[in-house]
Amino acid sequence: MQPSDTDIELKMLVEAIYLKYSYDFRDYTGASQKRRVLHALREMGCDSISALQARIMHEPAAFSELLQYLTIPVTSMFRDPTYFKALREHVVPVLRTYPSLKVWIAGCSTGEEVVSMAILLKEEGLLERTMIYATDINPRSLEKARKGVFPLDAMREYTANYQLAGGSRSFSDYYTAAYNAALFDKSLCDNVTFADHSLATDAVFAETHLISCRNVMIYFKKKLQERAFGLFHESLCHRGFLGLGSKESIDFSSYAPNFEPVMKRDRLFRKR
Amino acid sequence: MNREQIKAALTGRGIEAVVIGASAGGVGALLHLLPGLPAGYGRPVVALLHLPENRHSQLADVFQQRMSLPVREAADKEPVSSGTLYFAGSGYHLSVEQDRTFSLSCEAPWHFARPSIDFLMESAADAYGPRLLGILLTGANNDGAAGMAAIGAAGGLTVVQDPDEAEVATMPREAIKLRAPDLVLPLKDIHTLLLMLENI
Repeated sequence: MQPSDTDIELKMLVEAIYLKYSYDFRDYTGASQKRRVLHALREMGCDSISALQARIMHEPAAFSELLQYLTIPVTSMFRDPTYFKALREHVVPVLRTYPSLKVWIAGCSTGEEVVSMAILLKEEGLLERTMIYATDINPRSLEKARKGVFPLDAMREYTANYQLAGGSRSFSDYYTAAYNAALFDKSLCDNVTFADHSLATDAVFAETHLISCRNVMIYFKKKLQERAFGLFHESLCHRGFLGLGSKESIDFSSYAPNFEPVMKRDRLFRKR
Repeated sequence: MNREQIKAALTGRGIEAVVIGASAGGVGALLHLLPGLPAGYGRPVVALLHLPENRHSQLADVFQQRMSLPVREAADKEPVSSGTLYFAGSGYHLSVEQDRTFSLSCEAPWHFARPSIDFLMESAADAYGPRLLGILLTGANNDGAAGMAAIGAAGGLTVVQDPDEAEVATMPREAIKLRAPDLVLPLKDIHTLLLMLENI
């Protein structure tokens, strides 16, 4: 089929973004990216993708606005509670055997997953000996994540998730409520390093024992998935763990033989 | 409507894929529509029924027990294959990419729905152009109207369940209002149409 004008413009836009700002969206899946760009167009008052491209070429502030649409800051605490339950039951006992730990949360977005992981590790007595690397490509998301402030009205859902995830304390012990916001205990993030890191363009920065990268791979085409799995494989220590989103799999990747499922349903894998 | 009219609507279209959207009342409607499709059906059939978030969908199992063609939940990056009935899973939007593979995404719900019928249909219209059949069934929601309009605009064939027959008429009505579909039919005739696709 002949590519539509929109498809041609979209291809040029992501190329321009790459050349000008070094953000590489060229191997992101098309349908969702197209929806998000068209949504950004309407919100930013541009008539066409070409007009949007002209704007981001000349106004860096417009690019940082567009970036908010290109990344997907949809996340929650203890999302897919059974994933965290499986971490507690099948991964924590192994992690306990290490004197010090490194955990990488790749695509941490606004930090909900980081707080969830920190709470879990604290309850298992591992937080103090763990260094958590929380990375994302969106500086505004990272800034939010660093603050550790979340909407109070989400806490009911998060509390239910926390309990389903095997949490046995009172979830509200972890935050202070004020002005419709929940401010999480700062000490949870004492050992967290938030950093700008792209799975599309950057390299491995540490040897890790556990990598949690959930609902990131679905936005990547196969080629970019391969790159990301390659980074994870390189970063993980011998017999390290990899956790993916509930509908993501390593099965179709060339790295599949390098990993074995720990809990298939919860998308937990272990390096062979 | 008789078979001749349905045949006339199908002739010369070269339909390569079928997408179906449904919401409230949709399980019953799909149970009338889909069982009876033969093994080796010549096209992929992709069905999206609105579901509660965070609940594992049993739809594929329920329909597999009643059908001879393979039924499964559409998986990320999976090629869209002929002769298979796919259901969209819960909690993620489902799209069809231009290379005719499925993709999942977690954008915010659209019309309170994730998966969204609009998102699936718009992406499938991009992937299949005029060679797509879109079917919209019962529901209490606006989702699907824009998706059906996108299929129509791309030259695909659009069929809406007769609102008078639908368990909840809102969704078919909204679609008809936004862009007149090619056909408005009761389920029995839509089933006939799906079978006739095989012999066109």
